Amino acid sequence: MTDATLKSSAPLTDSREGMTYLETLPRKVVTVYMPLFIILVVLLFPFYWMVLTSIKPDAQLLDLDSSNPLWVVNPTLQHIEKLLFGSAYPRWLFNTMMVATVATFLSIFASVLAAYAITRIRYKGAATVGGLIFLAYLVPPSILFIPLSAVIHNYGLFDTPFALILTYPTILIPFCTWLLMGYFKTIPYELEECALIDGASRWQILVQIVLPLAVPGLISAFIFAFTLCWNEFIYALTFISSDHNKTVPVAIISNFVDGDIFRWGSLMAGALIGSLPLVILYAFFVEHYVSAMTGAVKE
Amino acid sequence: MATDSLAVKPARAPIPEPSAWDRLRVNRNWLGAWFMMPAMAFLVLFLAYPLGLGMWMSLTDMRIGRGGSFIGFENYVYLLDDRDFLRATGFTLVYTFIASIFKFSIGLYLAVLLNNNMPFKALIRAVVLIPFIVPTVLSAVAFWWIFDTQFSIFTWLLQKWGILEKNQLINWLGDPLLAQGSVIFANIWRGIPFIAITLLAGLQTVSPSLYEAATLDGASKWQMFRFVTYPLLTPIIAVVMTFSVLFTFTDFQLIWAMTRGGPVNATHLMATLSYQRGILGGRLGEGAAIATAMVPFLLAAIMISWFGLQRRKWQQGENND
Repeated sequence: MTDATLKSSAPLTDSREGMTYLETLPRKVVTVYMPLFIILVVLLFPFYWMVLTSIKPDAQLLDLDSSNPLWVVNPTLQHIEKLLFGSAYPRWLFNTMMVATVATFLSIFASVLAAYAITRIRYKGAATVGGLIFLAYLVPPSILFIPLSAVIHNYGLFDTPFALILTYPTILIPFCTWLLMGYFKTIPYELEECALIDGASRWQILVQIVLPLAVPGLISAFIFAFTLCWNEFIYALTFISSDHNKTVPVAIISNFVDGDIFRWGSLMAGALIGSLPLVILYAFFVEHYVSAMTGAVKE
Repeated sequence: MATDSLAVKPARAPIPEPSAWDRLRVNRNWLGAWFMMPAMAFLVLFLAYPLGLGMWMSLTDMRIGRGGSFIGFENYVYLLDDRDFLRATGFTLVYTFIASIFKFSIGLYLAVLLNNNMPFKALIRAVVLIPFIVPTVLSAVAFWWIFDTQFSIFTWLLQKWGILEKNQLINWLGDPLLAQGSVIFANIWRGIPFIAITLLAGLQTVSPSLYEAATLDGASKWQMFRFVTYPLLTPIIAVVMTFSVLFTFTDFQLIWAMTRGGPVNATHLMATLSYQRGILGGRLGEGAAIATAMVPFLLAAIMISWFGLQRRKWQQGENND
């Protein structure tokens, strides 16, 4: 497997290097490295600032002149400690994780079935339904949250985790279906035909043949959907009112912000810890993540 | 002997006539309907129905905790006279326009930079995407702190470099114009990675031999970009920018986390205004009308990019795949 990929990628990198030997190092420093470095610094500075703030003692946070504010002299863990043991933060983290996981699994389940039906069962009107699902992807949550809040009230789901678990899939299903349709299309028909001749039902084909071949696609869909859930804000802000049901983004905004300057440390620590799980997940699955993002756009 | 064995062999059971159920079981449409059921249930109950309901609510005077009665276009007529609404619409357009232009140009530039061969290529590409991974609200909180009036690091740097007087402060998020600039900056910052990485994926599909051919023909770097890279990238640019424009136009999180629409409603987008009126103010009908007012703009954006895409395909003589 690795041999084959190495062999097939070798000539590609070769030709990609193509004319790069024409470029000298000083030229490259000016045209490539310098601008890239500047952009990277700008892109990463807020995170550096976030980390720095969350480990700075309050005194240094409020006095920019006595020491260099771009560095920290006596780092402290008091903000993080206060956050983890002196607030409901662990509970919010748990809520976010639970809602994101359940909503993602629900969406992937629904999307696998829908994508398989659209690409392979090809019932009457499958192409139209595929188009409609793409359109659903373009419907932004910010025009839906007001009527949805009425719907949620009517179903009696207001201020329960189910309000989020059931509404997040509307954001995720269009995206996941679209992504998985692309993956399913690449699986050869012949495999399914063989299975049909051997007497497999559609369900068996899906579970035993198509899904194992689409694992990379499933991982991509899962990770991207999970990130979207974690990131979701407007539904969580509208449908949840009690503290113990809040998700991290909403709690950060509403529970730490009361105009008290001494809270900056905990606020930044909260933002940092709230982002860490996603960044770690991302670090392990960069390739899948990128293919999810570009795959959904290319199709 | 042979006839014997033939006689012994039991008669083959007649193939049963397939029942209606058997036929139904392998019917594509029947199967398809079952497979589509979970996805459709979600999308109809929580997407299509609320979408219609929202349009209906915008025609009523519904409030939280009380059903409304039909009042026709009164909400819209009222909004057309409302200074805050007009201001929010104007700022939403400006916000989308400025942010999209900057996101596109810097994102494309970054994609071209990343497409170079360099040490730690994979690592750098991975790092670029981090602002996109981190939840918007959490990075917006970081920007809120960066743009704090008293303890802003920008102010400190400006003082350090002597551009500002010692002890002179900038009211980043307190002054209407500066606040608008700050939220646009934060939006650009957040949007660049997505555009850069998706365009990079497009750039990698461009064959290097085209550049070699262009070099032989004496093309300059700019000409290579203008006449080779850009035309080949157009389809993906159209899709990426549609998404970017759509999500910028309907942005909510960033504004809510940084300014909540203030100061003096200067940074309200249509989405934040509809939240403030509809949920916080309790006037669901009016909020729904503001949200519905976004739909024509969104449709226009989708149409423009859709027809842009079609034309491009037609020009290239491609099949519609």
